[in-house]
Amino acid sequence: MARRRPKLAVWKFASCDGCQLTLLDCEDELLAIAGAVEIASFPEASRAQVAGPYDLSLVEGSITTPDDLERIQAVRKSSKYLVAIGACATSGGIQALRNFASVEEFATVVYAHPSYLSTLERSTPIAAHVPVDFELRGCPIDKGQLVEVLSAFLIGRRPNVPTYSVCLECKRRLNVCVLVASDTPCLGPVTQAGCGALCPASGRGCYGCFGPADTTNARALASRLSETGMARPDVVRAFRTFNAGAEAFREESERDA
Amino acid sequence: MVIRTHDGRVSDVELRIFEPPRFFEAFLRGRSYTEPPDITARICGICPVAYQMSACLAIENACGITVAGPLHDLRRLLYCGEWIESHALHIYLLHAPDYLGYQSAVEMARDHRAEVERGLQLKKAGNEILAALGGRAIHPVNVRVGGFYRVPTRAELEPLAERLRWARDAAVETARWVAGFDFPDFEPAYEFVALRSDTTYPILEGRLGSSLGLDIAVDEFEEHFVEEHVARSNALHARIRGRGSYLTGPLARFNLNSAQLSPMAQEVSREVKLEPPIANPFRSIVVRAVELVYACDEALRLIAEYRMPDRPAIPVQARAATGCGCTEAPRGILYHRYRIDEDGLVAEARIVPPTSQNQAQIEADLRAFVEPRLDLSTALLTRQCEQAIRNYDPCISCATHFVSLEVRETD
Repeated sequence: MARRRPKLAVWKFASCDGCQLTLLDCEDELLAIAGAVEIASFPEASRAQVAGPYDLSLVEGSITTPDDLERIQAVRKSSKYLVAIGACATSGGIQALRNFASVEEFATVVYAHPSYLSTLERSTPIAAHVPVDFELRGCPIDKGQLVEVLSAFLIGRRPNVPTYSVCLECKRRLNVCVLVASDTPCLGPVTQAGCGALCPASGRGCYGCFGPADTTNARALASRLSETGMARPDVVRAFRTFNAGAEAFREESERDA
Repeated sequence: MVIRTHDGRVSDVELRIFEPPRFFEAFLRGRSYTEPPDITARICGICPVAYQMSACLAIENACGITVAGPLHDLRRLLYCGEWIESHALHIYLLHAPDYLGYQSAVEMARDHRAEVERGLQLKKAGNEILAALGGRAIHPVNVRVGGFYRVPTRAELEPLAERLRWARDAAVETARWVAGFDFPDFEPAYEFVALRSDTTYPILEGRLGSSLGLDIAVDEFEEHFVEEHVARSNALHARIRGRGSYLTGPLARFNLNSAQLSPMAQEVSREVKLEPPIANPFRSIVVRAVELVYACDEALRLIAEYRMPDRPAIPVQARAATGCGCTEAPRGILYHRYRIDEDGLVAEARIVPPTSQNQAQIEADLRAFVEPRLDLSTALLTRQCEQAIRNYDPCISCATHFVSLEVRETD
């Protein structure tokens, strides 16, 4: 008798859809993945909705509305494993810039009738609300790492996703260090690997889209960045982009310097 | 989606979009004039290049710079990659299953494996351009105000050409395939709005034009288009001042610019009987396929004529000024405006995406489409409405394998 295929569900909260698009970007693997799992719920790619429980849920996006506070609980209840994918789901995303400001003021800037909106004061990651079995970083996530995570959960092992910094990938790629060689501001030393050191390979500094690496010294990097001629507001902005809400980056951006 | 009926007539249609607000225009304030391309890319993972390009054009416009020549051509090549990726995604993975009666492309692949594989490989051809020029397909890292961080050598572009020659043929096959689908009879009276150019099929160049005679410079956009915030939706609704809803996207581009398509794309459009003006939105899938042919053909031309620029970017000095930019995202015109202050920081930002521009038109279409079909079962009506909404290729988040359809009888 054929074994029941595991049921996969993909959920979206506040996000740009780029991380779940990464699944569809697995052009060579997509049909194989669809053969290995039952894509039970993926509203953006399929009309089919198979009821839970699900063996694996991929959750994209951050929690920013009262409705989503409840919806994430329901997703957790119906999922054996829950994997948060992308910077929004793992740190609150770019929309967590509201956490450093007033969301009421933000609303009046963008909308004529802010009272029509229903939104929370802060944008928070999935793990702030429910237990998360694994967090896959990146803005967007890396396709190879996504396939690794899917395979690992289907087989029942931990995903092999490194937590060291971009610097290691950069060295392996034989890039010349942009910070050392040309004083180009770079967050590579404090940012988790995974992208393949794309930015330094293009001659620009890393902008931290995979969030803080495992053990980081953001403060030391901040003082090195000042030596390149960056004023403190520039340094603060460098830590406040797509992972502004991640603890190591947030702490450094809020430090009195 | 809610349909209100009275005596068998549709009195109102509401499409509620629950995309949570993220407040980009608010948090862009205080950011450096160099940052909007990377930040606004995160508005949409399906068309990040469109956001990067409209942001660059707007900021360069404020700073008094025009990026022309090989750097402009390279931007156009990058943008072709996004058109190919996005159109292949939409045609094969989202829209074709509607026409052929499948729940999804994966289900469709059981009976149409070769077509789905072709679609995925076409999509991949677009992504390879994005990765070669931008570093990665989603949120490319190599775009900056003034140009790029790094420009490719000719040798780096050669392998792309090889795959694109295959992709162009596959795109022609795509056009023939989708032209054979069944299209419901439905031809609303649209005002089509697109960039318009006498010299090229516009992607990031030209003036704004419409089928009712609008002909304005990009910086006159806000004098002619207004956005309204309606209670039921977090997306703003756009209208042309004094007239009403309008349509932007492939149908509008094709109807206003078909004479600028490459000879090959024109030949394919004749073969599949696409004569402008096309007013049936269900045929947008055929227009998208013709644009897919064009984007492959144009990418091949740009690669063939590529000469490595002397420098990867033109230096752009910030100044206190306002600038705007508009480009053709795969799903329609995308307008950005920035006011930059004397410190080079963004003082004000305004972004008008194609989906919000089309939303009033989507609702108007649904009203007209639903009325003669009210006797259908809710399940069938839901399917047809979803298909109608996907005619617009709304940003995937609202592309709506929805959710729910409610028909309310009112007294």
